[in-house]
Amino acid sequence: MSGLADGINRTARRIPVWPLYILGVVPALAEYALGLTGRLGVDPVKAIEQQLGLYALQLLIAGLAITPLRRYFGINLLRFRRAIGLLAFFYVCAHLATWLVLDIQLLWGQIWRDILKRPYITIGMAAFAMMIPLAVTSNNRVLKRMGAAAWRRLHRLTYLVALLGSVHFVMLVKGWQLEPLIYMAIIAALLLLRLDFRRMPLARGA
Amino acid sequence: MRYRFSTGLRHSDVTPASVFHARRRFLAGIGAGVGAGVLGLPGAGRAAPDITRLKPNTYEEITTYNNYYEFGTGKEDPAENAGAMQTDPWTVEIGGLVERPGAYGMDDILKGAPIEDRIYRFRCVEAWSMVIPWNGFQLSHLLDRVGVQPGAKYVAFETAVLPDVMPGVKRNVLEWPYREGLRLDEAMNPLTLLATGIYDKPIPNQNGAPLRLVVPWKYGFKSIKSIVRITLTDSQPQTSWNMSNPGEYGFYSNVNPEVDHPRWSQATERRIGGGFFAKREETQMFNGYGEEVADLYAGMDLKKFY
Ligand code: HEM
Repeated sequence: MSGLADGINRTARRIPVWPLYILGVVPALAEYALGLTGRLGVDPVKAIEQQLGLYALQLLIAGLAITPLRRYFGINLLRFRRAIGLLAFFYVCAHLATWLVLDIQLLWGQIWRDILKRPYITIGMAAFAMMIPLAVTSNNRVLKRMGAAAWRRLHRLTYLVALLGSVHFVMLVKGWQLEPLIYMAIIAALLLLRLDFRRMPLARGA
Repeated sequence: MRYRFSTGLRHSDVTPASVFHARRRFLAGIGAGVGAGVLGLPGAGRAAPDITRLKPNTYEEITTYNNYYEFGTGKEDPAENAGAMQTDPWTVEIGGLVERPGAYGMDDILKGAPIEDRIYRFRCVEAWSMVIPWNGFQLSHLLDRVGVQPGAKYVAFETAVLPDVMPGVKRNVLEWPYREGLRLDEAMNPLTLLATGIYDKPIPNQNGAPLRLVVPWKYGFKSIKSIVRITLTDSQPQTSWNMSNPGEYGFYSNVNPEVDHPRWSQATERRIGGGFFAKREETQMFNGYGEEVADLYAGMDLKKFY
């Protein structure tokens, strides 16, 4: 096992991070391209909106998986985590923008009422709002200024963001559907893995 | 006097598609979707812009974007999965407070049924909408045939549960069978349709073959699909979405832009098929059928009876 982990780690060290930012936005552009060319069925706006939300949630999960991967499998992908987190934020922004512009179409009265009155939107907005300080502080300059301990404390917000994201998903589907519950279970499991009392991961800012 | 502009299922065989569409558009316009003039009052009080607003959705749109959870919860699932359902032969168990209860075969049900074309707005609770050219006959016709007993006040409906061909019923997204219901006066309203076709083609499985309800002034989930049971009752029947989430889905579920749903604002809607930048439209009270149905609810607080 450690042989495999070593192999992955060696390869990962050789891969530069910056192409991830470029590759990462391709699926969003592809989604729009498919929608604009009529290949997303008869309701492209809803299809794009949902797919971007799904990508955002998947990226949040990927970000949460980095620490357990290292701890339990010795796989170190830490250097990609910032890119993954920033891409997650990008997808949430695109998801939100799609909703604002193409779905609800800047009808501000209705937007405002939706944010206040529809719990799944309220929760989605809360998750989005919490991601803003995380995105703003995801660069070395701010990291240095804040100090590592404070920075880590702040970035524990990602736990809450991911949880809220999955709650948002569970709430917006009709009836009890399996897919959002699976996402929620994965996120819960990734968070529970951090509650390893012997190693006190929270104190070490996992 | 009933204004019926077409009968017969072989109609499209002799009418070129373009003529068919053009004529439908016109009729939808003058009747403003009022069963294309059930009341025989073309254009009564309705503005001209409806002529373009009520352009029916394409057959493809209507048959590839469906909510039919027995075949899966995705919008495309029903079109993909419903093909295996056998709808011939098909029987509908009609019972409860009726004079002539029994298992009615589809042939029997269709015998002498006055099939008409009805272009109706269709408004989903998820805040999207379509315009659909149905073929079907008034539910009142069937109810008159089986004879409604004086004590009957409601009509209950059930959808088929066919685990062999319905992947969705293996999970309890809802409690199966899917159930719906109407008050008797709603059921007898001339707008209330039992649909057997779309665009003069037999209704596809994913749209509720071979027999489904269409209640155009209510949210789409009231228009129950693939009916196998109709029961006349004296008390309000249970309905699936109400059972699953009573705070969100009421028995009446009339389209009402002023009564908000916790998940979707009902003030506006997105018309399917309008393309990428189609503008949202304002949702109309009773989905635009107020003239025909508002009287049914006179004196009722529709915020309470949502
Ligand atoms: C961390 C933030 C968020 C995440 C992870 C997220 C994730 C998701 C996911 C996974 C879906 C469902 C996709 C599917 O059905 O397959 C979704 C749908 C949706 N989200 Fe979000 N979302 C977030 C924030 C927001 C925000 C801020 C808004 C708007 C204010 C929003 C509005 C919506 C809407 C309108 C839908 C579609 C609902 C429908 O199907 O009608 N989301 N989101």
